[in-house]
Amino acid sequence: MVWRRVLATLRHGPATLPAARLDDAATRRMADRLEAAAQRTLGRSLAIRQVDAGSCNGCELELHMLNSIVYDLERFGLRFVASPRHADVLLVTGPLTHNMREALLRTWIAMPDPKWLVAVGDCASDGGVFKGSYAIAGGVDAALPVDLLIRGCPPAPAQLLNGLRTLLEANAD
Amino acid sequence: MSTAGTIIRTAPTESCQPWPRHKLLGEEWRAMAASLGEAGAPSLLALWADTARVYVLLHDADAAGWLVASTSVDDGRYPALSPRRPSATWFERMIHDLWGHEASGGRDLRPWLEHGRWPVTVPMSLRPLARESPAEPPEFLPVEGEDYHQIPVGPVHAGIIEPGHFRFSALGETVARLEIRLGWLHKGTLALMRGKSPRVAARFAARLSGDTTVAHSVAFARAAEAASGTEVPPRAAALRAVMTELERVANHLSDCGAIAGDAAFAYLPARFGWHREALLRAAAVAFGHRLMMDVVVPGGVTADIVPGGTEAILRALAPLEDELPELIRVYDGFSSLLDRTVGTGIVTPALAGEFAAGGFVGRASGRAIDLRRTPGYPPYDRLAFEVPVQQEGDVDARVRIRFAEIGASLNLLRTLLIELPEGGVSVPLLLGSGEGIGWAEGFRGDIWHWLRLDGGQIAAVFMRDPSWLQWPLLEAAIHDNIVADFPLCNKSFNCSYSGVDL
Ligand code: SF4
Repeated sequence: MVWRRVLATLRHGPATLPAARLDDAATRRMADRLEAAAQRTLGRSLAIRQVDAGSCNGCELELHMLNSIVYDLERFGLRFVASPRHADVLLVTGPLTHNMREALLRTWIAMPDPKWLVAVGDCASDGGVFKGSYAIAGGVDAALPVDLLIRGCPPAPAQLLNGLRTLLEANAD
Repeated sequence: MSTAGTIIRTAPTESCQPWPRHKLLGEEWRAMAASLGEAGAPSLLALWADTARVYVLLHDADAAGWLVASTSVDDGRYPALSPRRPSATWFERMIHDLWGHEASGGRDLRPWLEHGRWPVTVPMSLRPLARESPAEPPEFLPVEGEDYHQIPVGPVHAGIIEPGHFRFSALGETVARLEIRLGWLHKGTLALMRGKSPRVAARFAARLSGDTTVAHSVAFARAAEAASGTEVPPRAAALRAVMTELERVANHLSDCGAIAGDAAFAYLPARFGWHREALLRAAAVAFGHRLMMDVVVPGGVTADIVPGGTEAILRALAPLEDELPELIRVYDGFSSLLDRTVGTGIVTPALAGEFAAGGFVGRASGRAIDLRRTPGYPPYDRLAFEVPVQQEGDVDARVRIRFAEIGASLNLLRTLLIELPEGGVSVPLLLGSGEGIGWAEGFRGDIWHWLRLDGGQIAAVFMRDPSWLQWPLLEAAIHDNIVADFPLCNKSFNCSYSGVDL
């Protein structure tokens, strides 16, 4: 039964969206921020480890969509990995709760150099609506330096994809 | 009538909408707590506090009614409910960490949200104290016996998931005990809401658990409307239901896909994911946001559905309606998949009843509870829909309940969209003082919000996600299963971390 369905889908062409054009200026800006040595080491593939540092889980929902057949993150050489030990990018969501701070730092330390940090969502940017709470540090950069910020509450998958591809393109120049 | 019901109903009341709140003396509260072990005693739905009192929401099945009761905290203490009602335990630990009220005689007094990391202690009490002592490592329940080993997992898990700690004690492959520790996501949400108008505070209700942003916003709005005596226009109620059902279908789709994905069956997540994306895009067209965040507010909704929005949603529903029966047949047709889900992670109807579990977790274990039906709320009171129930209580039953709910919600969506009432979509919230309870049936189950307004501002608030009463059942469901089945089991519950971490 599945085979019949798969054949039918083949006839319709891919459900995956064509890749959007990236903003060249943004790519150049990103490239300037990355070290030349690192660019040669990593080539055109980045392994991403995601950590939820206090999110409402809205950002996670959209990150999940990147793995769907519609966005198919892996065709760009980007993939989410289970362990920080083989990750190049730490992708962090949430306003950074005090309770998550140590776990986040330990994940970062477990990653080999060179490595980058991507903050996703308005919360990760500066605490978002939770700014001023006794329980949060107020943005990921309160604990770690941020290389790329993708805003939104939550950012849509297309925005996430473009942001991450900018990182990749800049890295490969 | 149950003893607890009698004690509560005879106590004097204070105004709270739609059910009066009964004020119990310490002794009466103690007697009520002691009677919770009796057969036919009411179910515990929520336990919370403010600076001076502890509150409980119970459901008395005998008298078919909901009971709200409170007692004053005396010298920092109140009689615990957990000795006779284990589902009160996590609430009691949370109350202690946030307000400092101790549940005397409680089953478990270990910290819960409090990890020793906030700059203050008892942050929601009248006088939070500056923290003096450093964080201590958490204490876990002891496991005694030969050959047991422990597997600590988290707070950071392997996938794109919320953080929490699972402590497995296993004998070989078999789980003897799972202990869950949460609190990593505590954002101080309840404290941020105090002193704000309901309209402003709605942003926090919308972000208690992002996957349930609509249903939590509805429950919160309804609590604020009950407290202030505001009635929303019928069109607003219908649009709220459209969004709630879209949210339910979108979540069921991704979870059903993810469960199959955890059994290494890639086809279903691919198809379900595709349909989910189509629904989210239609939601963005119709309501301006893929998850429909911040659209539902006290007084109604922020904006009407855009022209063409109805058609966009109907266009997204059609292919799903077409393909759903076939996708269910695919699920049914693979013994390698059913082998993983049937008989795995069983929650018995008795246990589900004891914990008053709602949603698909409850309905897969024999509980026909659905707030859209009882106590009901507009517009569902004029709609016919199926509430599926099964008895098996395993991963398979939870999946099948969700399949059935997707079908039921698709029918509801069609009816709602075709019969949208005319008229306005919001009214100004009446400013004033008062207390109210609001509810909504989210995709996970029964959501309850309570708040007290003082001169139009929130004096105290509590938001109870369904996960409060479902997480502990996950601890029970994995008992005697193999460790490798945990992801499947966990996914079949898909409890919210943020929703209970507050
Ligand atoms: S940015 Fe928005 S969606 Fe993302 S975690 Fe914060 S509140 Fe949730």
